[in-house]
Amino acid sequence: MKPSEFARFWRRFRRNKGAVFGLGVFVAIVVMAVCAGIIAPYNPLEQSYAHIMEGPSLDHWLGTDSFGRDMLSRIIYGARIALIVGILAVLLAMVIGVTLGLISGYYGGIIDTVIMRLMDGVFAFPILILAIALMAVMGFGVRNVIIAVAVVSVAPFARVTRGDVLAVREEPYIEAARLSGISNTAVIFRHVLPNVLAPIIVQGALRVSAAIITEAGLSFLGLGPPPPTPVWGSMIAEGRNFIVMAPHISTFPGIALMITVVGLNLLGDGLRDTLDPKLKL
Amino acid sequence: MAAFVLRRLGQTVIVLSIASVIVFALMRMIPGDPVQIIMGSEYSPEAEAQLRHQLGLDRSIMAQYVIWIGNVLRGEFGYSYLNHERVSVLLWDAFLPTLFLVIGTTIVGLLIALPSGIIAAINKGTGWDYGSMGFAIVGYSMPSFWKGIILIWIFGVYLGWFPTMGYVHPWDNLGESLWKLTLPSITLGTFFAGLVARITRSSLLEVLDQDFIKAARARGVRQATLVYKHALHNALIPVVTVIGLQFGTLLGGAVLTETVFTIPGMGRLTVAAILNREYQIVQGAVLLGVVFVVVVNLLVDLTYAFLNPKIRVQ
Repeated sequence: MKPSEFARFWRRFRRNKGAVFGLGVFVAIVVMAVCAGIIAPYNPLEQSYAHIMEGPSLDHWLGTDSFGRDMLSRIIYGARIALIVGILAVLLAMVIGVTLGLISGYYGGIIDTVIMRLMDGVFAFPILILAIALMAVMGFGVRNVIIAVAVVSVAPFARVTRGDVLAVREEPYIEAARLSGISNTAVIFRHVLPNVLAPIIVQGALRVSAAIITEAGLSFLGLGPPPPTPVWGSMIAEGRNFIVMAPHISTFPGIALMITVVGLNLLGDGLRDTLDPKLKL
Repeated sequence: MAAFVLRRLGQTVIVLSIASVIVFALMRMIPGDPVQIIMGSEYSPEAEAQLRHQLGLDRSIMAQYVIWIGNVLRGEFGYSYLNHERVSVLLWDAFLPTLFLVIGTTIVGLLIALPSGIIAAINKGTGWDYGSMGFAIVGYSMPSFWKGIILIWIFGVYLGWFPTMGYVHPWDNLGESLWKLTLPSITLGTFFAGLVARITRSSLLEVLDQDFIKAARARGVRQATLVYKHALHNALIPVVTVIGLQFGTLLGGAVLTETVFTIPGMGRLTVAAILNREYQIVQGAVLLGVVFVVVVNLLVDLTYAFLNPKIRVQ
């Protein structure tokens, strides 16, 4: 993107108040995740049996959990897992899905039919149920959560990319590039991909929040990263057992998760309206 | 219309076949030998060979798939290793609570989504619009499992208005069944409402901008007649499609909501099966989930084609 294009993009983007709020939330979460070691007041794994299930206080701003661990520190470190899973899973899904979509749309024919029918098959699975089945196959842990969430997110990227490639490949400049004798791979990556990138970026932004929710759902069911890893989903699940005595244990990680997802959804909507207005709701 | 129905049925069969191959392949990738898991402590090389032959596991992978899909088509998913019950019976018992939760969710979702989408569209740019859409975005951004816990805390524990867990079949006790389904349906219904309200608003705005509406307005037709008699019917067509497309998400949400409210549905059955390494059940539950989603999408597409003749021609 040239500087003048970026300036135009930014002028349009900042008019959308929701999107600016979303960007603010995203930056705050990234800072929280990167600087967790500096800003967290306590070690998130450190147990203190003298301070079990205490409500918010000056020492522990968001209280403590059933092992006496500081909730604020666990929420700050939890942002790290949420972002790592959300962003890496979407990037992985993007690389696989966009490659499949490019091949499918550019070459057409039997390759297109095979890839897209396979994607239809994957798309038929309810996302969380497929992710649960994948966790059963691969076992628990952060790396496997990333892979499971990525696999369930591949199909939308492949579909969006293929749809736009079908339109772009008929353009005269693609025909010209092909006739100039450069390889198909070069045509795809140098000429087709840059022209279908905007909807892919929009799809990516919208998918990060869905990936974070899926990860939280898996962790809530006990299929995510194993304890004592600070993960928002499992923190909410743990607090469920103490909802009468200590409602803060479930409430605060849930608020963190909700603010993150609202922010990312608003950011995704803003990017969509700015980069790809034809998709505007 | 007949050609469209046949073509759509053909596509459904293809999608289900591919999904069945994916489920079969996934379950074959699970580490550990199913024969040894079934036999447990009663292991002997002869018994192992016999059981392997009995289950068809000594055949080629293609033959194994054909045996498996043949059994599935007859509704035969095998037996639970733990309590030796037929998996198809367990699946059916778990499917009903999930089905009723999904129906309750759809009713609650539409009761909230349609009015708020319509109010937002006819009051575009006002506080009503921002309020409705703010509610919608919060509704679908709040994870259903967390929302469920908060609702249990407020309406179940603190106010004592609703039961906090459990499930009763409607034919056993209709009143109690509805009572127990209320909080779970609100939990998932507000998520669903968030998605549908946004589509209702945008779709209605688009229709209200069309020439036939402008012409009716110029003729002096009242705003209420314009919206409810002319625009809404057209605006609801894309809404129906979105309901179909989001059905898979809804089913995923139901899995989590069931866990929160201790409803003995598909979600709880699947998660318990994974933790107990009962892969026959996981396999059946995943396949049933796919069939459920694909059939609902088929019905939605057929309804859509019935409402909109343009689609049939395409």
